[in-house]
Amino acid sequence: MTFYILRRVLQAIPVFFGTTLLIYFMVFVMPGDPIIAMFGDKSPNPAVIAQLRAQYHLDQPFIVQYFLYIGNLFQGDFGVSFSGEPINQILMRTFPVTARLAVMAIGLLTVSGIVIGLISGLRKGKLFDHASLGASLVLISLPVFVIAFVAQYVFGVWLGWARTTVSNGAPIQDLILPAIVLAAASFAQVMRLTRSSTIETMNQDFVRTAYSKGLSRKRVIPVHILRNSLIPTVTYLATDFGTLLVGATITEGIFNVPGVGFTLFDAIRRGQGPTVVSFVTVMVLLYLVVNLVVDLLYGLLDPRIRYVK
Amino acid sequence: MSSETDTTPHADGGGGKSVIPHFVAPVTEDESYGVDAVRVAEKRSNLWLDAWRDLKGRPLFWVSSFLILALVVVALFPWLFTNTPPNDECYLSNSHGGPSEGHPLGFTKLGCDVYSRILYGAGTSLSVGFIVVTLTTILGVLFGAFSGFYGGWIDSLLSRLRDIFFSIPYILAAVVVMSVLSQYRSVWSISLAIGLFAWPATARVLRSEIFRVKNADFVMASTALGMSRFKILVKHVLPNSIAPVIVITTLSLAGAIVAEASLSFLGVGMGSDIMSWGNDINQAQVYLRTAPMTLVYPSIALFIAVFAFISLGELVRDALDPKARAQR
Repeated sequence: MTFYILRRVLQAIPVFFGTTLLIYFMVFVMPGDPIIAMFGDKSPNPAVIAQLRAQYHLDQPFIVQYFLYIGNLFQGDFGVSFSGEPINQILMRTFPVTARLAVMAIGLLTVSGIVIGLISGLRKGKLFDHASLGASLVLISLPVFVIAFVAQYVFGVWLGWARTTVSNGAPIQDLILPAIVLAAASFAQVMRLTRSSTIETMNQDFVRTAYSKGLSRKRVIPVHILRNSLIPTVTYLATDFGTLLVGATITEGIFNVPGVGFTLFDAIRRGQGPTVVSFVTVMVLLYLVVNLVVDLLYGLLDPRIRYVK
Repeated sequence: MSSETDTTPHADGGGGKSVIPHFVAPVTEDESYGVDAVRVAEKRSNLWLDAWRDLKGRPLFWVSSFLILALVVVALFPWLFTNTPPNDECYLSNSHGGPSEGHPLGFTKLGCDVYSRILYGAGTSLSVGFIVVTLTTILGVLFGAFSGFYGGWIDSLLSRLRDIFFSIPYILAAVVVMSVLSQYRSVWSISLAIGLFAWPATARVLRSEIFRVKNADFVMASTALGMSRFKILVKHVLPNSIAPVIVITTLSLAGAIVAEASLSFLGVGMGSDIMSWGNDINQAQVYLRTAPMTLVYPSIALFIAVFAFISLGELVRDALDPKARAQR
């Protein structure tokens, strides 16, 4: 087990440096001089420019700048936003909102995806199965912003059940609609994976044994079938975390949820390059950490994974 | 040694049934000779023929193929279907006007014809889709083939490199690239931004498929015949592991169309002089309450395009996979 953890963490290190280097390089080649931009229309004294350049280490070669940046990252310093507010202050303010939204969405999509997938797997070829497969194909074909507008129009404007934008403080009842939209984007895959692994498990010998020793469906379905069908679904949830991040950016932007995604959405729209990059970096790091943690959990839960390369 | 013969009527086999021609090893005395028998009269079959037989009986396959064909025709010749240019002839007096003769879907805020903008937008979406998948297929096949076939340190190196690109969700990566390339917004730059980060999916699929194929008997036979490693890869291994690549290419075409629309929707996609459904959705979203239809029509167009490629890709995937066929 120690060996497995060690190997998995060691594998994550080059990926961490690679992704940050890649993103940092893109910022490096970004057109426009940030120092000159600071002064707007005024033409500053060359001595002042040189002074500022040295202060922000812009006179150093690329690789030195990169390692200075990594050093800052490790100290929890993600830089400063366009308005001058430190990024980690913005994160502290906005992260709880996004976390609330994400937990609601993941909860919703896991429960509904697994329940509907299980039922359709058990009733393979029946009306319910066909209907949910059809619905999943439609949902997969809808980009998240289209789902968001449909939800906004139907529930917000037409039926008037929910607010189209979230009010101050992002109370739970306002987040229900954005959470449904965010969940809808990944629901279809979760449902399908649960369905197909249910069908596979249903035909296993141990299920037949369970039935033949007289256990009821009430016992066999949740304990024998469902529990053994969940591995692919849970794996998918971890790898799908990236989709969730992108979805959160767009959903929060459309519903005005004051979270991390909204801040990124806003920065993209205003063309504030450096802020965009800082937030993308934060999201990528989050994605790496989530995947590492899930992988480590797997090794803990399923001994087979520890030994397979 | 074996010869092609008809089965001699057997004690418990014959009866009134017609005898099926068999390819039989000459061990007729043995009770278990039937085990070695191969049906000669069986229809010729391979992976692709099986898949085709499955596909041609499925209505959704014909629906999605027709939609894709229609999209391609519209993308290539939009002027066949409308006389109104998409960007000129916009009159503010028509702002958010309803449908009228020659303008079946009404007008946008700026008084441009919605129908014509949607038709011309098809070209943008499909071009981005095709350029992206060309790029992802080239990069994905190179990375996947070399790391899967050669293994060892080549595999470790290429896989770590691939993981780096895989660890950045490709829409977020494209947002960064497009912020960098803000002066150069075109079909090409946006396709480059998406394609540069979307290829690892193809590489992963091909790599694991090659792992499965490379130890097959026919590969060993080619090695025994003295074929070079590279030639074996190109002539035998790749053709036998390309099926999942075709599937993922169709699916990533849909993904690229969504990505382009999302980037345009976010405002880092196409310049406003290029028709794009994402741009139109972006511009119409403010008028959700007053003119929802200008938002609905490009969304429907986007949905149809994505739906066509996704359902085709999924049907082909299921048709190529006997296990998935059994699950229906």
